[in-house]
Amino acid sequence: MFDTILSGDYPKSKVLNTVLLAIFFGLALGPFLFDGAVAFSTITNICIFIVLVASYDILLGYTHIVSLAHTMFYGIGAYAVAIAMNSMGPSWGSMFVGVIGGVLVAAVIALLVGLLSLRVKALFFALVTLAVAVGFGILISKFYAITGGEQGLGFRPPRELGPGFKLFEERWYGFNALGWLWNLVTDPGNLGENTKQAVFDVRMSGRIVLYYVIFLTTVGLFLLMLRMMNSPFGRVLKAVRENEFRAEALGYRTVMFRTINVVIAGAIAALAGAMAAMSDPWVTPDSYLSLGVMVNILLMCVIGGMGTLYGAMVGATIFILAETYLKDFMEVAYDLTAGFFNALPEWLSWLSFIHELISPDRWYFWMGLLFVLSVYFFPAGVVGQFRAKELESQIADSEEGASRTEPA
Amino acid sequence: MDSNHPVLETEGLTIQFGGHVAVDHVSCQFHSGTLTSIVGPNGAGKTTYFNLISGQLPPSEGSIRLFGRDITDLPAPARTHLGMGRAFQLTNLFPALSVAENVRLAVASKAGIGYSLLGRADRRVDIYEKAVHYLEQVGLARRQQWPAAALPHGDQRKLEVAILMALEPDIFMFDEPTAGMSVDEVPVILDLIQSIKQDKNKTVLLVEHKMDVVRSLSDRIIVLHNGELVADGEPAEVIASPVVQEAYLGMAPGGQENETTPA
Repeated sequence: MFDTILSGDYPKSKVLNTVLLAIFFGLALGPFLFDGAVAFSTITNICIFIVLVASYDILLGYTHIVSLAHTMFYGIGAYAVAIAMNSMGPSWGSMFVGVIGGVLVAAVIALLVGLLSLRVKALFFALVTLAVAVGFGILISKFYAITGGEQGLGFRPPRELGPGFKLFEERWYGFNALGWLWNLVTDPGNLGENTKQAVFDVRMSGRIVLYYVIFLTTVGLFLLMLRMMNSPFGRVLKAVRENEFRAEALGYRTVMFRTINVVIAGAIAALAGAMAAMSDPWVTPDSYLSLGVMVNILLMCVIGGMGTLYGAMVGATIFILAETYLKDFMEVAYDLTAGFFNALPEWLSWLSFIHELISPDRWYFWMGLLFVLSVYFFPAGVVGQFRAKELESQIADSEEGASRTEPA
Repeated sequence: MDSNHPVLETEGLTIQFGGHVAVDHVSCQFHSGTLTSIVGPNGAGKTTYFNLISGQLPPSEGSIRLFGRDITDLPAPARTHLGMGRAFQLTNLFPALSVAENVRLAVASKAGIGYSLLGRADRRVDIYEKAVHYLEQVGLARRQQWPAAALPHGDQRKLEVAILMALEPDIFMFDEPTAGMSVDEVPVILDLIQSIKQDKNKTVLLVEHKMDVVRSLSDRIIVLHNGELVADGEPAEVIASPVVQEAYLGMAPGGQENETTPA
């Protein structure tokens, strides 16, 4: 059963299994584990970016296609939903029209980009996609009558997915497990009070419905991608990545494989964009089409580990958590250490630069450092590194077995 | 197929790189059940001739016919599906993929399942078993989990041969299959080529430097020199001919393990 769901492609490491299960259950029970609006939008974003980064990994990791137009497909999905909902009203029908329209438009554009430019070398393909993406961004800004230009385009989601809708009248309860554990460690004497505090109310509104629609779509799309990458097709993609010339000689039309791959990745990125638009119904060029988003996708893909798909889960989670909470974390650390640094004697006062380094204003510096370190210690990405270790031990085993049976 | 009709035919096949004519109007026919060796000094155009036939290079002039059909404009993958199989001189593998996967890709190509998007590759036990079958033939089955890049050179050459066998082509094109192999590894490969030759429906083209190998395997030898076809015929006859003595053997230094000494 598990074998079929995961297409026989296991994470292949105990540490990874634990991390991935933690991410999965964290997201599955998210609204009942983490209290507050920030936490809610964080878990939603993690879901969306898992899909987006995984669809990018199909290109970059499995086939070594460097595309800089992935945000364009993401944006197409988002704008299609926004435009459809805006012009046809906040109904489920217009939402589906938007989603399907966005996927189709993305697929067609991906097909054109693929057919026109996948014959050229990797670097040129990257430049062509960059040009197309920038061009698309300009179009979106200029056609403000339809797209809202730089201002962006807002819309109302279907009532059942909005905050006004009540799935159940009565409130449900969540349990802030992390806060409870924290208090258990820092203040173990107060167990009863802490437990009471950790319980919070969950309003079963349309936001919860929307979250679970997004979560289940994420699970479905992720498993679909896992299956496709473990299909005969996926194996050919790896072959094209490793040695395109030889793949041709084996009888595989590599341009076709790469083009199909670009179309699939584009269509799934559009779905991610549609989910993102539904979760935050205000679509702007800045949040969907900017180069900054593209760089973030690239970073998540590389940090998690290219060519594994599970890397997208790890990368998206680490990145978004860091992006959201690093600043808060530093603020706490800054305040906690303020007393120590203020009490330093005159001749040591130059040490206060250390205090300034952990000032919350410097959070981007630490984020950068985090990435440099992660690439240094995990050159194959987090998932890639754990897998490589596992593979090494497997080979060592198989050789031992071979030498036992074959004394020569 | 009528054995009088050639399986493969090149007519006036020519390729020019700038001013240099690497293959110069080579017209030649190949029949099934025959092993033809292509010999000639380094730079004679043997590998380039192979590249033209299997579609890695487009010719400047001339045509190629396979089973009577003009394939001059067909890309390499299409030629493979028509039954042409090619092994490469410089080892040309999927380095990061496992040994088994290297061969499995060839079996899967032959089976035509490459575009299957939703099936599971690892559930196709038939494909995998066939791959292992060919790995066993070259003696690599016990290293099937290794990444291809981790194999010693001789084993990489064997893997190259296993990939070609797994394509189950009608025309086998071997480009120096034993180059760089240690002496005790060579017989395995030669026996395999010998066994392919037994099948009357198969055609084998072999580029080889070692004259004892050429002599023992060939039904026919053609000689290329400066891109031109200079001799064609029975092995004994060709090796004895003055043009070969001068053009090929005269130029071949002792570097080929002294095996180039004519009988």
